[in-house]
Amino acid sequence: MLEDKDRIFTNIYGLQDWRLEAAKKRGDWDGTAAIIAKGRDWILEEMKKSGLRGRGGAGFPTGLKWSFMPKESDGRPHYLVVNADESEPGTCKDRDIMRHDPQKLIEGCLIASFAMGAHACYIYVRGEFIREREQLQAAVDEAYEAGLLGANAAGSGWDFDLYVHHGAGAYICGEETALLESLEGKKGMPRLKPPFPANVGLYGAPTTVNNVESIAVAPTILRRGADWFASLGRPNNTGTKLFCISGHVNKPCNVEEEMGIPLKELLEKHAGGVRGGWDNLLAVIPGGSSVPLLPKSICDDVLMDFDSLKAVQSGLGTAAVIVMDKSTDVIKAIARLSAFYKHESCGQCTPCREGTGWMWRVMERLVAGEAEVEEIDMLLDVTKRVEGHTICALGDAAAWPVQGLIRHFRGTIEERIAAKRGGAARAAE
Amino acid sequence: MPKLTVDGIEVEVEAGATLLQACEEAGAEIPRFCYHERLSIAGNCRMCLVEVEKSPKPVASCAMPAGDGMVVSTKSEQVKRAREGVMEFLLINHPLDCPICDQGGECDLQDQSMAYGVDGSRFHENKRAVEEKYMGPLVKTVMTRCIHCTRCIRFSQEVAGVPELGAIGRGEDMEITTYLEHALTSELSANVVDLCPVGALTFRPFAYTARPWELKKTESIDVMDAVGSNIRVDARGPEVMRILPRLNDDVNEEWISDKTRFVWDGLKMQRLDTPFVRINGRLQPATWEEAFAAIAARLKDVDGSRIAAIAGDLACAESMKALKDLYTSLGCTSIDCRQDGAKLDASNRGAYLFNTTIAGIEEADAILLVGTDPRKEAAIINARILKRARQKDVEGGLKVGVIGPRNDLTYDYDYIGAGPQSLKDLGSFGDVLKNAARPMIVIGQGALTRKDGAAVLAEALALAKSVGAITDEWNGFNVLHTAAARVAGLDLGLVPGEGGRDVEGILEGASSGEIEVVHLLGADEIDMNRLGKAFVIYQGTHGDAGAHRADVILPGAAYTEKNATWVNTEGRVQLGRRAVFPPGSAREDWAILRALSGVLGKTLPYDDLDAIRAAMEADAPHFAMSDVIAPVTEMPSLPQGELDAAPFETPVRDFFMTNPVARASAVMAECSAGRAAAARIQAAE
Repeated sequence: MLEDKDRIFTNIYGLQDWRLEAAKKRGDWDGTAAIIAKGRDWILEEMKKSGLRGRGGAGFPTGLKWSFMPKESDGRPHYLVVNADESEPGTCKDRDIMRHDPQKLIEGCLIASFAMGAHACYIYVRGEFIREREQLQAAVDEAYEAGLLGANAAGSGWDFDLYVHHGAGAYICGEETALLESLEGKKGMPRLKPPFPANVGLYGAPTTVNNVESIAVAPTILRRGADWFASLGRPNNTGTKLFCISGHVNKPCNVEEEMGIPLKELLEKHAGGVRGGWDNLLAVIPGGSSVPLLPKSICDDVLMDFDSLKAVQSGLGTAAVIVMDKSTDVIKAIARLSAFYKHESCGQCTPCREGTGWMWRVMERLVAGEAEVEEIDMLLDVTKRVEGHTICALGDAAAWPVQGLIRHFRGTIEERIAAKRGGAARAAE
Repeated sequence: MPKLTVDGIEVEVEAGATLLQACEEAGAEIPRFCYHERLSIAGNCRMCLVEVEKSPKPVASCAMPAGDGMVVSTKSEQVKRAREGVMEFLLINHPLDCPICDQGGECDLQDQSMAYGVDGSRFHENKRAVEEKYMGPLVKTVMTRCIHCTRCIRFSQEVAGVPELGAIGRGEDMEITTYLEHALTSELSANVVDLCPVGALTFRPFAYTARPWELKKTESIDVMDAVGSNIRVDARGPEVMRILPRLNDDVNEEWISDKTRFVWDGLKMQRLDTPFVRINGRLQPATWEEAFAAIAARLKDVDGSRIAAIAGDLACAESMKALKDLYTSLGCTSIDCRQDGAKLDASNRGAYLFNTTIAGIEEADAILLVGTDPRKEAAIINARILKRARQKDVEGGLKVGVIGPRNDLTYDYDYIGAGPQSLKDLGSFGDVLKNAARPMIVIGQGALTRKDGAAVLAEALALAKSVGAITDEWNGFNVLHTAAARVAGLDLGLVPGEGGRDVEGILEGASSGEIEVVHLLGADEIDMNRLGKAFVIYQGTHGDAGAHRADVILPGAAYTEKNATWVNTEGRVQLGRRAVFPPGSAREDWAILRALSGVLGKTLPYDDLDAIRAAMEADAPHFAMSDVIAPVTEMPSLPQGELDAAPFETPVRDFFMTNPVARASAVMAECSAGRAAAARIQAAE
């Protein structure tokens, strides 16, 4: 279990003041200029050494991502874009960072931008986050007034401007290239890759898009050292992570924990356990709506990190743990997610546009049991034809929950169909 | 130059080529819906997925740059399954209404589902239905059939330059529409129908009239403007059913204007299908012999100086050659092919051609438009300018300057002035032209049909020389014509000879009685009231202004009804071919003149098409070379004159109503009325 001294987000619950003065007392903006003075290469090296993997879901090593930016500008500006379009169902960590610990994010923006040669950074805030955006803007204003942003930001000699941009509430704008399109004022539709944003990103300039949490932890990592961060968690899955626990637990919460904590321990220590006891657990979606769910048998001993969850054909995603007890109609739960992805598909590419609607409609019939048993395999085949064939990952995200359901709860679906048949047969008699 | 392996075949492609191009280079066929060579890459249909070694997922080949050492498979099981999957997804919400779909028989979806799809359907849900969208009188929509390839959106933005198509909604609710469903306003709008891979966008005037496999296809040349767009005329029996573009990268690429495409119903209306002779003030149907006899009787003993001939805008080179030879033999020198009165100089081709060539626009870095609205006068050329403006390799972007009417040309330009004085004072644009490596000056008919037209032409030519637009490698002086017949007419010397009158002089002479006989070869754009008491022979196709005034009508063949030669504004000689026969007793125009010459006792020395073409080649050797442009070796010097201060006006006031064929077309009339109504609404706002 993570000790208090190793916590990065010391005000994630908002128990203390979020303002600059209080944040400084908690250690933010301590020696920022000195960190920057150590230079770009040192920062990149430390970030790589820390083993931090992107906290937005894909888990790409952050230091490596930063190093993809051109070393020298070819005349185009560089940009850092922070993805605060936190829309993955179950996930609510970034909003608490923005509400309660905004200076960590702002300081992280400065350091990360410096490390990538960017003089401007945009934070793209989800459309529904009204108060969060206001709070963040207030924090940015405070930082400007204190000279921490703007020309010679925080006395580092680096000129830096930070802009808070408010989205319009589309899930797809959390996809990095759709976010850039939206930021440019266009329709939020993912771009084709290559070219990758590090070459051609915002306004055609080299751009890095990072999750809020990835950026917000960077200053603490650099202050306390990469070795400290790497000492937490397990190899290749280092550091601490904010877990968002929701669903059928006694005390849903956000909590910062060490990577690789057993799922059972996470739920019992921090969330007051599963409603009705561990044995009442049906399934857990461990990383936000887009990863396949895990049945109780796997939940018993699985570790919460990228590699362990990948090994059980799921993923850490955003670490949004959605707990379902035995009262849940698991087919209906996944059908609800299918409806979500159908609603949020941007409509650009064929498999996702047509496939999400098809999957949802079949799922709705499975909920009622109005299907043939063969259609389960057909549905699985449809998910495979969506997965990996689309421009962005939304197709995958729509396919995986259905695949997880069929993988672990095929029996339940078949029973539902059989019951419907039986019911119909009985009614006919 | 990356080298890669496609299905075991090693190919080398140009740097920057896409995987799709590399696969085609290797002979592999890649199915596609959204990809189009002339549009930006969208990568959204996912039909072109291929397998690339070391890539975990199949790759959209249209969007992936070909990389050195890539190993690509287009025939693997993974690719086959991916294509089947995409086909299935496209078809689940696509109606199976092929039997009543106008795209049937030329539908990409139909063809590709035969080649790459599976035979059954696993989709048991309800299909999507989408409301039809109104896009104007030309484009009919059945939006339920749309597969969202976005080719039409990209075309309207990138080629037409009028971004009026877009997608609203998202996911499976995405719909293609125009803003508030207004009619398309581009002059090139119907090209979206050619681009549409399914039957979502079809030709409204062609709806439910014919199946593509019933049609006889004839490759020909358009005459609606002076571009000489390459077209394919589809006919069934005696009727032209539709007109489609034909590929020619040097001229129209694969686009044609809406007027070119939809004028076909005008070929069936108001046709002159029998000769007429005016008897007691009324036109009476007559036989050819009677018509010729009436002409011979009137021409008897009339001095050549009291006879005139005017060639119209749609006349083919053969008929103009015969017209000139016949009337010259009668001692007439008042022959003119410039019915709009343009002060063009026929003595040097360089002074009346679009010397840069249409394809050459893509090398220009600055363009000065003088007295022209190319969007209306030559929509295809305007699209080429837009294409150049959108290309990235012009440093600082293509600079366009405009002297004359201020119109929406679909690209940005510097407005310099309204009238010819601005030619002398270009302001900062003078430096732009001087500094440009390959500047162009385009002078339109609006600048030449004025009293000071010759002076404006001379001034523009002098300007071109002074800014270095004319060098050994580059000729940046261009005349943009609006009449398909004009260049051939000038090439063949249909200008007043010794003591002859031009069009203005002919009309004056006719009013005052000095001209007794006027032969109009399809010339309808002159003021018929000024013909006075002259005896008018109208030879043409339609009952338009000229026919109403005529004393004898000789029914001719329209451009789809004869094998004929046209020369476009670049000086490119192109051959049109007969798709259908002329209606009734109408005949090919040169043959009419040849027959008339016999009756008049001045028999012309050619009996067939080869002979008259040989005679044309004797006049102007470049007629021997079709589809190429004879280079202009030396540019003339023209005498300077007095410039008027009046602003330039474009000669094309109504894009849809520029010639007798278009005026007879109900479709063009509807377009014209719709455009006028839209303009009134805009003005009211």
